[in-house]
Amino acid sequence: MATQSLSLPHANVSSLDRHTLGRRLVWVGWVALVLVAIISVSVGPTGLTLSSLPQAFSAALSGSDSAADAHARLVLLEVRLPRMILGAFVGASLAVAGAMMQGLFRNPLADPGLIGVSSGAALAAVATIALGSSFAGPWVRALGAWALPIAAFLGGFVTTMMLMLIARRHGTTAIATLLLAGIALAAIAGALTGLLAYVTDDRELRDLTLWSMGSLAGASWQKVLGILPFALLLLLAIPRFIRALNGLLLGEAEAFYLGIDVERAKLWIVTLTAAAVGAAVAVAGTIGFVGIVVPHLVRLIAGPDHRIVLPGSALLGAVLVVVADVVARMIVAPAELPIGIIMAIVGAPVFLHLVIWRGGALSAP
Amino acid sequence: MIRAQSVTYVAGNRALIRDIDLELRPGRLVAIIGPNGAGKSTLLRLLTGELKPTAGRVLIDSRDMAMLAADHLSRRRAVVSQHTALAFPFTALEVVLLGISVPGLDVGNPGAHRLARTMLDRLGLGQIAHQTYTTLSGGERQRVHLARALCQLECGRVPPEETAILADEPTSSLDIGHQLLVLDELARQKENGRAVLAVLHDLNLASAYADELLLLSSGTVLARGPAAEVMKDDRLSMAFGCEVRTNHIPQNGAPFLLPQSCAAASADTGAYS
Repeated sequence: MATQSLSLPHANVSSLDRHTLGRRLVWVGWVALVLVAIISVSVGPTGLTLSSLPQAFSAALSGSDSAADAHARLVLLEVRLPRMILGAFVGASLAVAGAMMQGLFRNPLADPGLIGVSSGAALAAVATIALGSSFAGPWVRALGAWALPIAAFLGGFVTTMMLMLIARRHGTTAIATLLLAGIALAAIAGALTGLLAYVTDDRELRDLTLWSMGSLAGASWQKVLGILPFALLLLLAIPRFIRALNGLLLGEAEAFYLGIDVERAKLWIVTLTAAAVGAAVAVAGTIGFVGIVVPHLVRLIAGPDHRIVLPGSALLGAVLVVVADVVARMIVAPAELPIGIIMAIVGAPVFLHLVIWRGGALSAP
Repeated sequence: MIRAQSVTYVAGNRALIRDIDLELRPGRLVAIIGPNGAGKSTLLRLLTGELKPTAGRVLIDSRDMAMLAADHLSRRRAVVSQHTALAFPFTALEVVLLGISVPGLDVGNPGAHRLARTMLDRLGLGQIAHQTYTTLSGGERQRVHLARALCQLECGRVPPEETAILADEPTSSLDIGHQLLVLDELARQKENGRAVLAVLHDLNLASAYADELLLLSSGTVLARGPAAEVMKDDRLSMAFGCEVRTNHIPQNGAPFLLPQSCAAASADTGAYS
């Protein structure tokens, strides 16, 4: 009898329970992020380990002069810390951008990669690498290390603006047109990127290949600064778009009936996600699956309410990319794999599993 | 409350609505009736502020709706659409709570949950509150959205006399028991002082519940007024393109009609006239 009274009359989890579960998920996300951050800075080929971490930290803070301390400080502050932070911001940006796009397009499979933003950013970055030694040389030399991030950001942004121009008619943005135009632009950008590979020399080609698979290997504070403003803009905007995205899940007309300024919300969401994705591609190359797998996992656990989906995706996205980077560094140490390969190996089966076994959560009615 | 002043709406080069005046008043239920393609849903969407009229204006509390923010409107009018597809698996209760949380009203307090449960119970949905929306039947979905719209107005903190509820065929997927349940709820909202507008296909329901009927045909008003005036055989026959014969309830004289085959009706007429 007791067990019977505990079971719900219907198979689904109570919505109140789901929300409680979601809030717990956010807490678990914070704890997991701290743990993987510690693991991330203590893994690597140069001998700084988990046990020597407290000493390296105190050395970094006290500014001790001994050679060993200086080495540990250098590894910690100039290599591992920026790499971990970069990974966390890239992961959070990609996952939140994915979650927002899926809400905006009312399509659980939408992703910034899908509407061509990532491809546009990648094309611009590849062009910078491939043409950097020829006619684009003066600009690339003038910008130095900033050339790649700026080019990728501009590529993502220009793609988004082209999309908006194509899809905006009569003062409204047609989502279906946006999606289809995005797929076409992604195909064009992909083809041009492929063509550019023919005009590169061997060293450039290797750079380009590794970069196009995504990697945090070149992490530096400069790169952290490159993504920081865009990632922060996106993350700090989360509370402002929860209502709009929840309303948009019912459709644009319903969102308007519920008091949402739909056109303004669409414009802001597309612009902020484009900027953050462009910046992420610029500093870490193209890392797939984060924007699609992370929001799905959060929705499966806590339901589709954006009050949980957005912060949950930010945290789990950061955790996932930092973990993937740790694995990328450990698996063939002292060499490392591109993180995009790890994400595809882990992400694609998870994604397929979602599609096949939890199809109910993916299919629109 | 909401007033359309000589409103015209043109899409492409076709006028869907031509020069219509209509006023929704507090405590009154207006039903729009008419054949398919008459412009009923278009007129409703013009009155919600979603569509902007090509000519004329729609006023809410004497202010032009086109000038007002979506947020301002959401506290004063709620809309139940004909079809609402939901791309993600919310439960019925969560959908109703969206009516409170999306307009930025406090959904965290227990009062909001109690209200949502009360509305679901009142519309006969208490048992399915925790079922996923995508597994609900068409009739259940319609009622979930009505519950959501009612919660939206209830939490808007605007006196009921300054609010309106607009429903596009709220009974189209319902059996007779639930049709009456929904219209009784709309009538109760009217008694509480709200202005109510419903697009209805069932002429008998319109006759039984509406204070005023608006008979539309090809985007213009063919007749308006109380059911006894609007539901005349010749007008209905002209609007719907088939022979219609109304009868009257002996007690109150309200018109009603029993459907009969158009073929049978014309054969009938041929024999006796």
